Amino acid sequence: MNASLIRLGGLLRKEFLQILRDPSALAIAFLLPAVLLFIFGYGVTLDAHDVPLALVIDHADATTASVAGALAHSPYFRISRPPDIEAAETALTDHRIDGIIWLRSDFARRALSGRTASIGVILNGTDANSARLVEGYLQQTWATWLAAWGARRGQPSPVPVLVQSRVRFNPAVSSRDNLVPGLIAVIMTLTGALLTALVMAREWERGTLEALMVTRVTIREILIAKLVPYFVLGMGGMAASVVMAVTLFHVPFRGTIPVLVVTSALFLLASLGMGLVISSLARNQFVAGQIAIITTFLPAFILSGFIFDIDSMPAAIRVVTHVVAARYFVSILQTEFLAGDIRAVILPNAVALAVMAAIFLGVARLSARKRLD
Amino acid sequence: MWTQIFALIVKELLAVLKDRRSRFVLIGPPLIQLLVFGYAATFDLDHVPIAVYDQDRSAAARDLVARFSGSRAFQVVATLDNGARINSLIDSRKVAMVLSIDRRFTRDLLRHRPAPVQVIIDGRNSNTALLILGYAGSIITDFSTAWSASHGGPPLPAVLEMRARYNPELSSRWFIVPGIVAVLTQVVVLLVVGLSVAREREAGTFDQLLVTPMRQIDILLGKGLPGLLIGVIEASVTILAAVLWFHVPLRGSLGALYLGLILFVASVTGIGLMVSSLATTQQQALLGAFLFMVPTIILSNFATPIANMPPLLQDLTQANPLRHILAIVRGVFLEGAGFGSLWPHLWPMAIIAIVSLAAAGWLFRRRV
Repeated sequence: MNASLIRLGGLLRKEFLQILRDPSALAIAFLLPAVLLFIFGYGVTLDAHDVPLALVIDHADATTASVAGALAHSPYFRISRPPDIEAAETALTDHRIDGIIWLRSDFARRALSGRTASIGVILNGTDANSARLVEGYLQQTWATWLAAWGARRGQPSPVPVLVQSRVRFNPAVSSRDNLVPGLIAVIMTLTGALLTALVMAREWERGTLEALMVTRVTIREILIAKLVPYFVLGMGGMAASVVMAVTLFHVPFRGTIPVLVVTSALFLLASLGMGLVISSLARNQFVAGQIAIITTFLPAFILSGFIFDIDSMPAAIRVVTHVVAARYFVSILQTEFLAGDIRAVILPNAVALAVMAAIFLGVARLSARKRLD
Repeated sequence: MWTQIFALIVKELLAVLKDRRSRFVLIGPPLIQLLVFGYAATFDLDHVPIAVYDQDRSAAARDLVARFSGSRAFQVVATLDNGARINSLIDSRKVAMVLSIDRRFTRDLLRHRPAPVQVIIDGRNSNTALLILGYAGSIITDFSTAWSASHGGPPLPAVLEMRARYNPELSSRWFIVPGIVAVLTQVVVLLVVGLSVAREREAGTFDQLLVTPMRQIDILLGKGLPGLLIGVIEASVTILAAVLWFHVPLRGSLGALYLGLILFVASVTGIGLMVSSLATTQQQALLGAFLFMVPTIILSNFATPIANMPPLLQDLTQANPLRHILAIVRGVFLEGAGFGSLWPHLWPMAIIAIVSLAAAGWLFRRRV
């Protein structure tokens, strides 16, 4: 036991020295998360505001002015007034505006005579998500206008139902508050797998693993020695990211630190374990690097529920998302940051992470042993 | 000279394609990813779990609930008898929304007073929250106008008549799938080119290459052209899959699309070679590839709109080749664009390609 500890100590010392001498590992642990979080935090938002729209009024009067007024008051739109519909269509084709609102010449006559007029809306549908959000905002504006219309004429509102919406945890529906915690999960997936993806492959490629194997060092000691330094680095990167999220981007943190630390540790073990598996299966750094690029960033970005809603995916794809560790961590982080320690969310996700970590580390252990022959 | 370059190209292609694992990595994952991501990456709501708390229990309230359960976007998974469980259902993510119909709902409807309906939404995913708000709002408005019309309410002065150009169904798959084509092409080219020089340097074979009669520019061409070739072929396969499998319409000029793709792959090749020649180990090259890849995807309009970014960042995206190729691919696919309207994206990419390739050549000479 004592001898084992001494050997482990030696290996750990070697790994730490290796990290310090090639600063790219330090860069992966600290520079990568900081740079990415900075760009993401400022660059990524899904809220639409100041959407450029054109309002075309064929025949201006008091009724069309009330519509124009309702639109101008909305914070979501920036309204321009091209002279006619042709000019507006050209602007839409050239991407200078995202949509057109068109009040035809009979608008006031129909509206006043009770023969429902139409407000023509033409949107650029290429970016379907943005188009849908704009559609929602327009509907709100329209409902407000309808209520005002009824009130002014002393009639009951033509839309009799009053929708009161309450968005829990994020009343302002700010996308940054939910994207930044998600981003931390995506970035830590990268960091975790990148840190260890090459370490075993490198030793294989250079033949130093065989050299290690003729010593009395056991494979378990080698793996532990690979894991510990990168775990320390990864936790450091994680801490830096959380501090950045709270201080720089003012994302609320409503959970507790111990829960965050434990779940982060589980997630990091799963990511590092995945890197180790890639590393020992690929055996050369080139292939290990390729697999790391393919299996980390895009799956964590698309399949984790960080941007795209998992519940809305087809059933087969929902099954696939269960093998993406980031999926569980995104859910944990969004809850820890915005909602607090909610057992019903944290516990199952943490268990899933623990299972994934155990599987990856187990596979890494087994695949490393096989090569001893 | 060309025979030497050709020999190096063949060697590079063999180095990538001969290894079974490496060959698989190039062919398998991009197609699998296109398929999985094509289905996964959607902003359309589909069977989002919701709960209903109907305190009114009237015919009108049942009609409103039926409109929700009949909609494709929602699935009613729980019916509540009291308000106590509303928060816990949302907190535990069992449902994304609770529809709560007030006790006075029918009474107020009949008295022509605003009848209150509450929607309580999980804000942990803000985009989903906004979409749910929009969908729920339009279902309630539809109910509202139908009820008003059948109960002698005042006629609607005006209705919204929505029409979306290029994508009438507002299917986000049409937006995302062409985007994935461009993103995967970038990933593959970076894979092939980014690590190639670092690998030879680490293995010591780069020095051997340098003592051959080949000039540095020849070596650069030999390293770069395979990436270009593989990138364009990979893009063609994914474009075919987008058209044949996902049925995304391809309406514009193929010539403009391919000119754009070649310029794009050349840009990424140049950047990959820069990364590759700056790095002394493959780990550094991998770090470099990620430091390039991740921000370019985020700042590209792939999933998150550029229009919402701060102005400085928006200007910065002009230097991002992925941003331009996404505009070109989507323009050609959905908007039927040709050379004329894509010119504002073609020339910046040509400049990026020239600058990055020249910088790669310069770095190459310096680092040898």
